Amino acid sequence: MSQTDFGETQAVFTPKPDLPPPAITVGIIGWVRGNLLPDWFNGAMTVLALIGLYFVIPPVVNWALLDAHFVGDSRKACKPNVQIVRDQVVTQATMPDGSTMEVTTSADRIVVPEGVVPNVRWERRMVEGVVRGKGREYAKVVVEKDVVIEGACWVFVGVRFDQFIYGFYPKSERWRPTVVIGIGLLMIIYMLTDGLPHRGRVAMFLLIPFPVIAFFMFSGGVMGMPHVDNSKWGGLVLTIIISSVAITGALPLGVALALGRRSQMPIIRWFCIIVIEFFRSVPMITILFMALVVLPLFLPPGTSFDQLLRVLIGVTIFIAAYTAEVVRGGLAALPTGQYEAANALGLGYWKMMRLIILPQALRIMIPAIVSLFIGIFKDTTLVQIVGLNDLLTMVQLAVTDAQWIGLSKEGYFFCGFVFFIFCFSMSRYSMYLERKLHTGH
Amino acid sequence: MKNTAILTLGVGAAMFATAAYAGMVDDIKKRGELICGVTTGLAGFAAPNDKGEWAGFDVDICRAVAAGVLGDSMKVKFVPTTGKSRFPTLQSGEVDMLARNTTWTFDRDVKLGFEFAGVNFYDGQGFMVRKDLGVKSALELDGATVCVATGSTTELNLGDYFRANNMKYVPVVFEKSDEIRAGYIAGRCDAYTTDRSGLAAQRSQMPNPDAHVVLPEVISKEPLGPLVRHGDNQWGDVVRWTLNVLIIAEEKGLTSANVDGMKGSTNDPEVKRLLGMEGEYGARLGLPNDWALNIIKQVGNYSETYERNIGPNTPIGLTRGVNAAWNKGGILYSPPFR
Repeated sequence: MSQTDFGETQAVFTPKPDLPPPAITVGIIGWVRGNLLPDWFNGAMTVLALIGLYFVIPPVVNWALLDAHFVGDSRKACKPNVQIVRDQVVTQATMPDGSTMEVTTSADRIVVPEGVVPNVRWERRMVEGVVRGKGREYAKVVVEKDVVIEGACWVFVGVRFDQFIYGFYPKSERWRPTVVIGIGLLMIIYMLTDGLPHRGRVAMFLLIPFPVIAFFMFSGGVMGMPHVDNSKWGGLVLTIIISSVAITGALPLGVALALGRRSQMPIIRWFCIIVIEFFRSVPMITILFMALVVLPLFLPPGTSFDQLLRVLIGVTIFIAAYTAEVVRGGLAALPTGQYEAANALGLGYWKMMRLIILPQALRIMIPAIVSLFIGIFKDTTLVQIVGLNDLLTMVQLAVTDAQWIGLSKEGYFFCGFVFFIFCFSMSRYSMYLERKLHTGH
Repeated sequence: MKNTAILTLGVGAAMFATAAYAGMVDDIKKRGELICGVTTGLAGFAAPNDKGEWAGFDVDICRAVAAGVLGDSMKVKFVPTTGKSRFPTLQSGEVDMLARNTTWTFDRDVKLGFEFAGVNFYDGQGFMVRKDLGVKSALELDGATVCVATGSTTELNLGDYFRANNMKYVPVVFEKSDEIRAGYIAGRCDAYTTDRSGLAAQRSQMPNPDAHVVLPEVISKEPLGPLVRHGDNQWGDVVRWTLNVLIIAEEKGLTSANVDGMKGSTNDPEVKRLLGMEGEYGARLGLPNDWALNIIKQVGNYSETYERNIGPNTPIGLTRGVNAAWNKGGILYSPPFR
């Protein structure tokens, strides 16, 4: 056996560094090619979208920011401070039959009074109008005139801001809702941040003593705080109160109803089915109307049962019925093996639910539950019909004040913005939760 | 045992029943607050101002009732109601009264079980024209083009009015009020017709409201007034006579500013009765004798609240027209106070 000595020619594999990816697949160019222009169809869509944005964004930015009025304390601050002079001009008008005739019409011209810094922009435009021609016929006429460019009047939102947030809550007491909601928000953020100690305790505090403390802070009448009747609660604060009570109440109630519906005990099962199906088969407006109008007819006369409380109970049960069906879906999605395994381990019903079933089921349900909660937050605007002054109602009331009439665009823009912030943050949090708890069933 | 329980229940029910029929006036006094249903915002009629206080022409009716019953026009809780919720809200007892731009009709008065306390605003279809047209009356609109909503009673009223006055017109019809306004602004028509309070609201949203004027004629009937539930006639009387006090006060020249002085100097027996110097008129309503004095002092007379909320010097800019007092060419008329 001869041995071959490879010692001196031992081959060592030294990989060459990877070539950089082609320039057109990285960086901005790569991103644009990959995401915006991967093929002709998507490329066309990108172009269409850009054209759409071009028509939407500049006018909105102009209206909302560049031409807008921010400073002031009355409608006057938004009125153009330039003079509009109506000149008489002679021009050609087109009659309906195509003939032309000479007509006199007016054309606006904008004059800046001396010493005034104009607070609006204007441009000279060809404006089409209609003038009265011979007899009853109307002739078309095109006149060149100065047109004031309309901008948003944020002064309105500024002046009414406190009302939008607090409703009719007395000015001197507004620190109370601010403190309660501020602390509540801080605790929620604490509870939702990973890795902080005692998150469970904070959650328990938030769930049980906090609502009671919050109620006394809002309502007053204790510890020297004057009583504030809840008909004065309103604006964004009321929106937050209704939706947070409905959400915190509906989740446990919904889980209970869902478990009851899957129960082996017929009375409990039928009770839960009736509650769920009844509340799911009527619209929320009906529930609110019933709470407002029908309930007092059943109660003995003279007993008045607080209106806000009635609405809260109605909304909570309504949402709980929907939550119950979502939870039931989550329970049904778990493989039977999980139940059998829990039984085989000798766990009782409650232990099985608490340790095995619900933790898994709730994870599956997160997207559905969060979208339900976003829905509730928006549905709270329906309380307007029963005379509660939520954020949207306050905005609508404000735009009908004779001083501010016609500024509905600004009001609704603000209202939509606030709702967007809340709903968007809820939706982002749910996406984060989904990623964190990603379950690979 | 069972019988006792039923008996107790019966007594309980009877007690509740008496509580309910104890009379609204006493209920309100005990509560210290009037609960008044208003609109969910209508310019000039009811809306909260920048300070968060409700103000408006309908609101002033509520304030007047509170001033009469409780002696303080600010002791009112306002419940905004929509067109749908206003009647159930009143029926279920959530509010003591409605002052909410509600047209008095047979059905509402009779079938729904309400009692209208009178009319505080005679609304009705009217016309708006450009000021530079120089038109002062709808009767000068012969041959005009008129912008109107299609398929509405407004359109029918328009036809009736022109035919009755032997005038010609050309209708320009639109679907929605926004379109009508745009058409009118663009000069498609000489006149714009709908309810006068609606015209006023549309006018205030135009680029140059001052260039338009609402003509004084009213060509259809929309009597708006406050209303209460059936079942407590005394309470209905209180609301009716509160409204009448406002009207009489204007007729007699009593204003919030001069009513105290007039109290000392007047020789008019009706004013003396009104202000509680003669007779026990307030007591018959279950109210203090100076109730009308409080109303006039705190809210003013009809003219004052009109001018303050919807009159020509407000953004709404409605002239009195048919809502002028009967002795000034209108139809506003109160039964005598005796």
